[in-house]
Amino acid sequence: MSELQDIASGAVKLALKLGATDAECTISEGEEFSAGVRMREVETLKQAGSRGAGIRVLIGRHTGSSHTSDLTREGIENMVRAALGVARITTEDPFAGLPEDSDFGKLAIDLQLYDDAIARLEPDWKMGEALQAEEAALSADPRIQNSEGASFDSYLGTQVFANSRGFAGSYRTSSCALSVAPVAKSNGSMERDYWHSASRRAAGIDSPAEVGRRAAARALRRLNPRKVATQKAPVIFEPRTARALLGELCDAVNGGAIYRDASFLAGKLGERIGSDALTIVDDATMPGLFGSSPFDDEGVITRRNVIVERGVLKSYLLNTYCARKLGLKTTGSASRGLAGNAGVGPGNFFIQPGAVNEADMIGGVRDGLYVTELIGASANTVTGDYSSGAAGLWIENGELAYPVSEITIAGNLQQMLMDVQQAGSNLEFRHSIESPAILIGEMTISGR
Amino acid sequence: MGISQSFFAQRFGLSEHDLESYLGEALSSGGEYADLYFEYLANTSIGLDEGIVKSASEGVTLGVGVRVIAGERTGYAYSDDLSPEKIRKAARTAARIAKGPASIAKTGFEEARKHNLYPMIHAPNEAGLDERVELVKRADAAARAHDPRVFQVQATYADSLRHVMVATSEGRISYDRQPMARLSVAALARENGGAPQHGYSGGGGRVTLDFFQGEKSPEYFAREAARQAIVQLGAVEAPSGEMTVVLGPGWPGILLHEAVGHGLEADFNRKGVSAFSGRIGEQVASPLCTVIDDGTIGSRRGSLNVDDEGVPTQNNVLIEKGVLRGYLQDQLSSRLMKTASTGSGRRESYQHMPMPRMTNTYMFAGESDPEEIVRSVPKGIYCATFAGGQVDITSGNFVFSATESYLIENGKITRPVRGASLIGNGPEALKYVSMIGNDLKLDEGIGICGKEGQHVPVGVGIPTLKIDRMTVGGTAG
Repeated sequence: MSELQDIASGAVKLALKLGATDAECTISEGEEFSAGVRMREVETLKQAGSRGAGIRVLIGRHTGSSHTSDLTREGIENMVRAALGVARITTEDPFAGLPEDSDFGKLAIDLQLYDDAIARLEPDWKMGEALQAEEAALSADPRIQNSEGASFDSYLGTQVFANSRGFAGSYRTSSCALSVAPVAKSNGSMERDYWHSASRRAAGIDSPAEVGRRAAARALRRLNPRKVATQKAPVIFEPRTARALLGELCDAVNGGAIYRDASFLAGKLGERIGSDALTIVDDATMPGLFGSSPFDDEGVITRRNVIVERGVLKSYLLNTYCARKLGLKTTGSASRGLAGNAGVGPGNFFIQPGAVNEADMIGGVRDGLYVTELIGASANTVTGDYSSGAAGLWIENGELAYPVSEITIAGNLQQMLMDVQQAGSNLEFRHSIESPAILIGEMTISGR
Repeated sequence: MGISQSFFAQRFGLSEHDLESYLGEALSSGGEYADLYFEYLANTSIGLDEGIVKSASEGVTLGVGVRVIAGERTGYAYSDDLSPEKIRKAARTAARIAKGPASIAKTGFEEARKHNLYPMIHAPNEAGLDERVELVKRADAAARAHDPRVFQVQATYADSLRHVMVATSEGRISYDRQPMARLSVAALARENGGAPQHGYSGGGGRVTLDFFQGEKSPEYFAREAARQAIVQLGAVEAPSGEMTVVLGPGWPGILLHEAVGHGLEADFNRKGVSAFSGRIGEQVASPLCTVIDDGTIGSRRGSLNVDDEGVPTQNNVLIEKGVLRGYLQDQLSSRLMKTASTGSGRRESYQHMPMPRMTNTYMFAGESDPEEIVRSVPKGIYCATFAGGQVDITSGNFVFSATESYLIENGKITRPVRGASLIGNGPEALKYVSMIGNDLKLDEGIGICGKEGQHVPVGVGIPTLKIDRMTVGGTAG
């Protein structure tokens, strides 16, 4: 890690020497492993490591950036020169620049982002987990005789950052995931579904039997779906689809969309934008989770941001640039890959769970849709218009009655947020954006 | 071109002997086939926002991917360091998939046949930066000049030049130099302080910078983005339920990509998990429909001289007069299904395993006058532009999202409607195609297709198309 830290600091120094007035360099290194099995046989084995560096330079208020996968002295020098070269064609922008010195920092607590046990997992053991998970799905029911396979993936990464204001930091991350995608078949109907378990810790993964069982149950309950009539009805998003919907909202509070007036939430700070049941938090400081980090991708200390509190919009997600454009403070939400300038991204972005469990939420719906899959969702962040293909289960008198598919659900996010009647208690963190189940009072369902 | 004249030999000193030795290492534990994919990618991106050039970026990525196939098993490893030790290490890692005595790679290489679909002296990224930055500035000016209601413009120009070399244990070698350029424009418009609306346009391909000086100028794309935003200012709620749908020519061809294209990729069919599995020879569309996937159209975004496994791309018939004819094959699936590759093996980068993918997917023109098609619809929807789509391969259900559509009332296109998803079932939807226009058009060159986390550039196209029954997901009753 110190070798990478030296390369990053060296790149920053070189940039200053060659004419930059400020610079920041990000380096990431990663090692990926993936074992794929299908129909009880190992199918793929992939293993490799890679590294890359990215730099942003400022010449006064002109910004340029570049990236490379070549971390030799020559490769780094080429990268620095390229960034300085392209900075020349950008326009002077009074809002451009590194964060304020007072914003730099890193969390002092151990975020538990790295588990050495993942590095020690043997390839044979990982293949075994995938084989067992698929077996659990295949043997769950005679209607499951095919599968798209199962896989065990693991990743070990290092993030290194340095800038010309003297901030330097690094951290390691690890993750592993087990997933299965069985195919169920009955009476001419064929349906696929999947389940996966993911964690930053080796011990955090659910058992293969559990992952396989859940995947099988999901595929089976989709068999022989009906297409319901076009109507307006209440819709429950289960956690997997609720998090996709929440992702659209994450785009709508992105500072980049706000300062361009390209979001229906622009100019609404302090106003009611949702129901009392809706509280949304963005928190990059929670130990062990996928959206956590000690500092953001500009070297700003991370924090807990309340985005929506009981329906009232409290904060946007902001990096330094967006914050300056809006006359606000950064929320520590700078996010970048290696290429280009820092954008905005969430930490752990989630809907605060409510008191009601999912079964009771379903029990309270007389006639409505329980959505388990969204296909080709499109949300217009500017207007809030939302429309998506969907599959799920129809709710009759508070019970999941039969599968439905080849339908769409549509509404407008502005109205949908006001119409969130309940947030469930079932919040689990397996991605950086997560949600419990949510109940929306009414949406348009298109079918027959 | 011999190996010694190749980009990788000249830049990294790779010799024929080196390649043979790496392939030998890859087959050191057995397996029937191994290949090496060398990639060097240089890209540039320039972004204009709020009337000023805010970002400019360049980058270089290089590496090699090593693959070993043993029956249905694939071992894969890669390295971003082209030193002999690192490539050998990757080869040994990939070799672990096989467990047996070493197989022998063929000695010597024969250069694969290939097309010459994008001949050019200067790739776009070899033009001056000033010339390229001018494109986004012109786009910004044109979008704002189009209508005073346009208040926000974002223009992005991106180009890349990819050098690839593929060497296989069967003694085949191929080289390609793959340029790409794309200009895109997003505009926001607002009327009397009301809610803003969004418009988007863009295009490009495997072209020189001159492409943007002709008909497909920055002004052309800018006016189109601005026009779409203005149209949306007057849009009413989209209808919901089953109705007649007319798709305009060009980009709405995304219908084919989602409804049939993905479902015909050989990997899904070999595994029996596609709604099209085992249905070759069956009627899956109206007899009016002939659908092609063609990687050999000059300068197109989805075209390739050779695919990412070193096989020349082809013109593949997927559906002929409504009958399912063929799948899109890569090396692995074609070996296992005992047929030939259709030149459809593609990958995002050296870090990814190849798989069967589409190139440019389009439908043959029919005989109907597009105006006559609209006149034949008493009540329905006309879709002119889409944002994207997705398909569930196994059930066959697919969705595509219209961003510019209009009501059809009594044979006339009337009011614009807001964005809506359309949903159908792959093997069924095209059976309801009742009229096909004589106006086949390919898209402008902005398509990106995602599959199992890998993104590759693609193209689509259709003539005006009438589908008698499809579900439209608007909000109006």
